[in-house]
Amino acid sequence: MNATGQFWTLVWTFALMSFFAVGGANSAIPEMHRLAVDVHHWMNDKEFADMFAISQLSPGPNVLIVTLIGYSVAGIFGAVAATLAMCGPTAILAYYVTGFLRRSSASRWPAIVQAALVPLSIGLMGASALILALAADSNWVAALLTIVAAALAVATKLNPFWILAAGGLLGFAGVI
Amino acid sequence: MPSDSPPAAIPAPDQPAPNPPSPGELFLAFAKMSLAGFGGVLVWARRGIVEQHRWMTAEEFNETFALCHFLPGPNIVNLSVVFGSRFGGLAGGLAAFAGLIGPPMLIAIVLAALYARFGEIETLRRILAGIACAAVGLLIAVVLRMMMPLVRKRDVAGMLMLMAVFVAIGVLRLPLQVVLLVAVPLSLLITWFLHARGTA
Repeated sequence: MNATGQFWTLVWTFALMSFFAVGGANSAIPEMHRLAVDVHHWMNDKEFADMFAISQLSPGPNVLIVTLIGYSVAGIFGAVAATLAMCGPTAILAYYVTGFLRRSSASRWPAIVQAALVPLSIGLMGASALILALAADSNWVAALLTIVAAALAVATKLNPFWILAAGGLLGFAGVI
Repeated sequence: MPSDSPPAAIPAPDQPAPNPPSPGELFLAFAKMSLAGFGGVLVWARRGIVEQHRWMTAEEFNETFALCHFLPGPNIVNLSVVFGSRFGGLAGGLAAFAGLIGPPMLIAIVLAALYARFGEIETLRRILAGIACAAVGLLIAVVLRMMMPLVRKRDVAGMLMLMAVFVAIGVLRLPLQVVLLVAVPLSLLITWFLHARGTA
């Protein structure tokens, strides 16, 4: 596919995906992986795991993994376009829907819709974790590191930055 | 706002805020929250909006966030637009959006460029691999924490929906759209049914 074609595929892919990101960007990671690795072959498993790691390291909302994927496909323009495609359409939707809800008596609906969507979004995030674990944990030491990181984050109030830093240090030391 | 409107869960847009922020202030405030927001911006957004600037009460913030959470898309981005537009109309919404996304996007682009240039270096590969393993652990922790309320409430229907989506997407790797086009109506129907029976 030529460069222009790639660019529009990128924009269309993320614009469509954003409407199905129930519960936020992390819920859409399996779909990003499926499209970027399996369907469009923009990157391999390891590169995808790297993108996730970098997005978690950098400040800002989780959605920025889309910026990184966009850059690797089509440079700076790809990065900006992919980010706007992922954020713009649903932001416009949110703008109008909340305006509508404020004016109507439909205020009971958000609670029901939310109750219905929460289990789905947890299931999606669980799937994200599984797919990323399969991509990142290439051996049993790596898998052990993931398990310990999860346990630490659940059991302690340790700032997640230190857990990531420890992971980076262990990687640097060649343990993984 | 007409006087016969229901006791709104969402406060009226024309409700006077203590000191309504200008678009410039909104841009700066959201840029700060976003850049501070390592590993998720929500905590910092709450701190900035409720505690520091007192633009909203804690209840108003929770309601606005709940609203943004059920809408599709990155929820903190939705929150910025909804919040900004409440104070400054379209300009306020755009300013908050630009503040939230702009600066961290520039950082992400720099990191992406560095990765494209140096990503093959062995040391960097090892470091990133270690960070990726830890980051996956953090995501697992988030999932476990979010599951706890369902487990405590013994929400069997919710747990079944959760498992079904997990298997369909994570194991069977079905396309997201297909899964959600089945799962969303089904889950809505079940929740509405339980709600109507008064058990919810």
